[in-house]
Parts: sequence; structure tokens; C-alpha cells
Amino acid sequence: MIRNLTNRIVLIVLVVALALWVNLSSEIKIVNPLTDLTMFSRSVTPRLGLDLQGGLQVLLEADLPENAQIDSAQMEVARDIVQQRTDALGVNENIIQVAGDRRIVGEFPGLEDTESVLETIQQTGLLEFVDTGDFSPEPGTILTTDYSPSGEPVEAPEGEVVFHTVMTGAELSSVIVSPDTLGSNYIINFALKSSGSKLFADHTSANVGKFLTIVLDKQVISSPIIQNAIIGGEGSISGQFTYEGANAFAVQLRYGSLPVPLKIVETRIIGPTLGADSLNKSLVAGLIGMIIVVSFMIIYYRLPGIVAVLSIFIYAVVVFGLFKWFHFTLTLPGIAGFMLSTGTALDSNILIFERMKEELRNGRSLIQAMDLGWSRAWPSIRDSNLAAIITSVILFWFGSSFGATIVKGFSLTLALGVIISLFTAIYVTRTLLAITLKNFKSQNFERWFGL
Amino acid sequence: MDILGKRYYFFALSLLFVVSGLILLAINGVPLSIDFTGGSMLEIQFDSAPPPDTADIISIYEDAGIDDAQVTSTEIDSLIIRSSFLTNEVRDGVLTNLQSTSGTTVSVIRFDSVGPSIGKQVTQRAAIAIAVASLLVVLFIIWSFRKVENAFRYGVCAILAMLHDIAIIFSVTGIGAYFFNWQIDSLFLTALLTVIGFSMQDTIVVFDRIRENSNIFRKLEYETLVNHSIVQTLQRSINTQLMTVEFLLLALALFGGVTLQEFAIVLLVGLLSGTYSSIFVAAPILVLWEKREWQTWFGRSAEA
Repeated sequence: MIRNLTNRIVLIVLVVALALWVNLSSEIKIVNPLTDLTMFSRSVTPRLGLDLQGGLQVLLEADLPENAQIDSAQMEVARDIVQQRTDALGVNENIIQVAGDRRIVGEFPGLEDTESVLETIQQTGLLEFVDTGDFSPEPGTILTTDYSPSGEPVEAPEGEVVFHTVMTGAELSSVIVSPDTLGSNYIINFALKSSGSKLFADHTSANVGKFLTIVLDKQVISSPIIQNAIIGGEGSISGQFTYEGANAFAVQLRYGSLPVPLKIVETRIIGPTLGADSLNKSLVAGLIGMIIVVSFMIIYYRLPGIVAVLSIFIYAVVVFGLFKWFHFTLTLPGIAGFMLSTGTALDSNILIFERMKEELRNGRSLIQAMDLGWSRAWPSIRDSNLAAIITSVILFWFGSSFGATIVKGFSLTLALGVIISLFTAIYVTRTLLAITLKNFKSQNFERWFGL
Repeated sequence: MDILGKRYYFFALSLLFVVSGLILLAINGVPLSIDFTGGSMLEIQFDSAPPPDTADIISIYEDAGIDDAQVTSTEIDSLIIRSSFLTNEVRDGVLTNLQSTSGTTVSVIRFDSVGPSIGKQVTQRAAIAIAVASLLVVLFIIWSFRKVENAFRYGVCAILAMLHDIAIIFSVTGIGAYFFNWQIDSLFLTALLTVIGFSMQDTIVVFDRIRENSNIFRKLEYETLVNHSIVQTLQRSINTQLMTVEFLLLALALFGGVTLQEFAIVLLVGLLSGTYSSIFVAAPILVLWEKREWQTWFGRSAEA
């Protein structure tokens, strides 16, 4: 027998109410009634995967030899840069993630103009050496320069100064970090291609004492002063550089913005019509499947069947609520995973009911049959669900390291579903059944329990 | 109901099904998709005019330096062109040419392009994923049956049932590849791993009943005990698998659209096999092991 039945009911009602709140709204907002200030707010709009709304997925891989060790911090920086570049295109809801130790996966749901995104990702950052005269801008400042790749004149926004670009990073031939003469700090030595040497020599001879600002994608990274003319095509940048600082700077000079060169190794484009079609069809399929299953449960198991259906609905409401709350992406295999875990949730119920019926046949009372049915079914429910969770974890690991988001989506829904189904089996079904049976007087087991 | 008495018939049935599909696979080769081999798949639709001839499309690809393009048409009047890996530049060039040849707008329904190095690593990693998943689950079974006599046997029988299910899935894929041009892609892999997980689930339910009964009926002969346990769990197996999970998957296969069809069918057959193997493969092998029946297979089989 369950003792604290009231507590259990309160908890279930609370969980369902919270889940319904999340399910039925697009934003959760708690306003302090006294001050009218928003204390908490979180968007809970459902996120659809590429396969359901169409879009682009690219997998980028570090363009380095296979056995080269890649620093995870560098991959993180590369990820940030790809994110910044694609954000600048005004693409909404793009997700850029590091996958494994040498890949980055980018997803652009609902995107139709795939070409501009692919171009942007592949380009190396634009490095410029800009004449800023006596002005030394702070790192991070955005500058307007007169350089444009197409050669067209740059139109300055009202009230802004356009600086002259002396040359671009394309003129650099090598960048090397070495300790300075004192040995306490580091300097960056660079060599220029012949066309660049001439430009640089002319500029530096005429501008000694002025600032030559180094700008990456229009953003200032450093603003050294020209100490003397650099004639031979080789120069150095000194400052209070630590070894790490100098290296990071050198990497930026070498690869443009990307600390690791990236190449596109996988592209997937799903047209918007295919996505919408898949979404509709899978929803219809899910609905039809659920109707059949619900009818079966009620016809075959009668009263407990109704309880099971109710607990499955609670299960579905909670799972969907969690999905919206944590912004999990809903994908086609995700829907399949959800349906499978619904099957698991039902399995737990069926295991309990079959056990209960056996006990009833053995002449036990209703309450005894329920308690025995539950406690005897529990070990197999526990073991079989644990086995399913082990599999989902492995699937998730496999999906993560390859940016195979479909596999990831599937394993996530499956695992989440199995865990929630344990909760509904242990807690919800049992409690609901206890309430029902407590108020149940008929002895006609055949009619109410399908015995 | 005497299920175990007919165990050799069930073994024969499984063997027949597995062998026929695997022979098809062996003859026609394993249909690996570009997820594993690397390559490109471009699905396009021509807005108004009829699509250009296959030969024209292939020559457009050849002009772009790709000489292994294959064109197939689909039920929804689109064309699927498979070829080796296309970079985005080559794809754009091909699309422009297709557009000018056909004189109408070409819309891309789907484009997948996987570099060859990725495909190789996916295959390796997939093999590891399957191996690790099955190993962990088996260790888990041995651990959770540690109080039962011969816990090791239960683990091994669970693996055998699982191998049976994997074989059935490959067999179905062999048949599907022969008749419907199915391919083994990453979704197939997902289905396979799921079946491994759920195959265990069914086996555990049956084994759990044997575990429980062996404590209750201590004096019963092992074969009768196992048979009794199977019959007891039969109702649950049928109800869970046939009535709920299979119906959900059937709905998905019939109405769920092309993308999920193959996935749903593979899952459906795989889970069915999972239930079947837990009752008709895993449990009978336990009995076979207990009685050491292989000693009577050769020579003295006439008496058996």
C-alpha cells in the first residue's frame, strides 16, 4: 500500500501543471507583483531540426595532417570566429558546435541562400595594416577602412573617419615568434612578399613615429608604432608579449582569423518543402499510431488501461515540456525515438498489469494484487530500462563526435523518454491506480480488468 | 504450451531467414551509403520543363570533372544524382549548367556531400559504438544475474540473441537493397543500435522471470522451468511488442514519409526479431546448454 497518497497527488499535479505551462506558452515569464519587474524569463519556443524545416548543415574539419595534435582551445576560438562571421550575415538560429577534437559542425535551419554562408565560412579573415596616423585605437575597436576586396570605393557612414589601408595580410610570407634581445619578452618577426616589401618600405619611411594599426575583419587587434623604416621586407613587432600572447598574435597573422585552417568535408542541404512534408507526415503517423495504441490499451486492459493511457499522456506532456525548456532540437529520428520510448513507457505498464492479473487469478484481493504486481514487475522494468539507457549513452557519444545530429537527437529523446517513463511507471501509474482501486467496489473483475 | 520442445524448428526458421538475406547481401555487395563511403547525393526538381536526358546530366558532370555520376528518378518527379564528392563550387557550376540546359528553374530538394576521409572514420567509429554497446549491456546482465547459478550463460545467451537480431537486420537490408534500393546510412546505424538495446530489454524480461521462478520452483526440471517462464511472459511480449511498439512503427512506416520509411521498417523488423529471439532463441539455448545437447547432435542424434 502507498502511505502518503496525498503528497504524491500534489507532486503529480504540480509537475503536470508546470509542464503544461511550458507546453502552451512560447515564453515563461515571472513578474514580481509588487515591483512589476520581470524576475525571470525564458523563451520556450520549440526548435525544429533541419530535417523538419529545411536548411543547411556543414561539417568543417581542421585542414591539418591526420596525426597532428590540435589544441582544443584553438578549436574553440575557430568556432567563435565561424559563429561571428555567420551571425554577421543575419542568419537566425544558427548553431555552431565543436564536434570531437578536429571538427566543427554548423547548422542553419530554414536557410535558403546557402551559397553566401558557405563562402563566408570558407574565406580566411581579412587582415589589414591600416595607417591611423597619431591615433592609437584600443584592441577591439571597429575601424572603417578604404580597402574592399572588389576594388570599389568604400562609402563611409555619416561622421566616421575612413582610414587608409596600406596593405593586406595577403602580402605576408612568413610569421615567426622569437625571444627579444633581453630574453624576457617575445617579439613577432615577419617577412613580406616582394610586392608588399615595396609598399611597406615606402609607407614606413614616410611615417616614422606614427601608428600602423593591425586590423582583422575590421576589428583592431594591435596598434604598434613605426619605430624606423622597414626597407628589406622583414620586420618585427615588439611589445610586452608573453610567449602565449605572441603565439596567439602570430597565429592570427598567419591564418587570418582562424587559428586552425578549416575545410568543408560534408554539406547537407534539405529543401524547405521536403522538411515541411516530413514534419506533417510524421505528426500524422504519430497520431494514428497513438490512437491505435490507446484503443488497444483500453479495450484489452479496461480500467487499468484507462489509467495507463492517462499516465502516458502525463508522460508525453512532461517529455515535450522538457524539450521546450532545454531547447532540444526536434528532429525526425527524435520523433521516432519519442514513439519508441512511449512504447517503453507502455511496456512498464503492461508488465505491471499482466502481473496484477496473474495475482487476481490466484485469488488475491485487488489491493494485494496491485502491490504484488508492482513489486514483482519492478526488477524487469528496472533492468530493461537500464539496458536501454546504456545504449542511448553510446549512441549519443557516437553522434557527438561526428556532428551526426540526427543520431544525437534520436539518442537524446530515447534516453530522456526512458528516464521519464521510469518516473511515470514508478510514480504516476502506481498512484493513479491506487486512487482508482481505493474507490472501486465492483467485484466484476472480468468486466473491469479484462480477466 | 510446449514451446521448448519445438526449439529446433525455431532455430531452423531463424537460420533460413538469416541465410537467405545474407546470401543476397553477399551476391550484390553491402549497399553502403555515402555516409560511409564518401560521395555526393543531389536531389533536384525541375520547375516546369521536363528534366533533361540522363545522358545530358552525366555529360554536365563529366565537364565538371566528375565521371561517376548516376541518375535515378523518384516517385515525386525529382531526380537523384549520386557521384563522388562534390565541393560546393563544383555543385554550383553543375546547377548553373543544369539550369541553362533545361531552360527552367532547378530547385534543390536535398544535397548531401561527404568527404572520403569522414566516411572511413564514421565506419570505424560505428563498429566501435556497436561493440562497446553490446559489451556493456552483456556485462550489465552478468552483473544483474550474479546471484543466479551460471550467470555467465545468461550473458552469453543474451549476446547470441543479439547477434541473431543483428543478422536478421542485415538480412532484411539485403532483401530491401535488392528490391527497393535501400542503403546502409547513419539512420540505419541508429536503428541497429536501438534494436541492440531493445533486444536486451526483451531478453531481460524473459530471463528475469526464469530468475524469479528458479527461486520458487526449486525442484522443477530446468527445461520445464524455462518453458513455464516463457509462457508466463508471452502475453506481455505480444502485447508490448505487437500491439504497441509495432503499431507505432507501422504507422511511421506507412505514413511517415520517405525519409523515415526505411528506418521505420528496419526498426520494426529488428524489434520483432528482438522479441522473437528472446523467446525462441535465447531461452532455448539456455536449456540446450544446461542439457549439453550438442553431444547428441552427431552420431547419436537418431535417439534424440
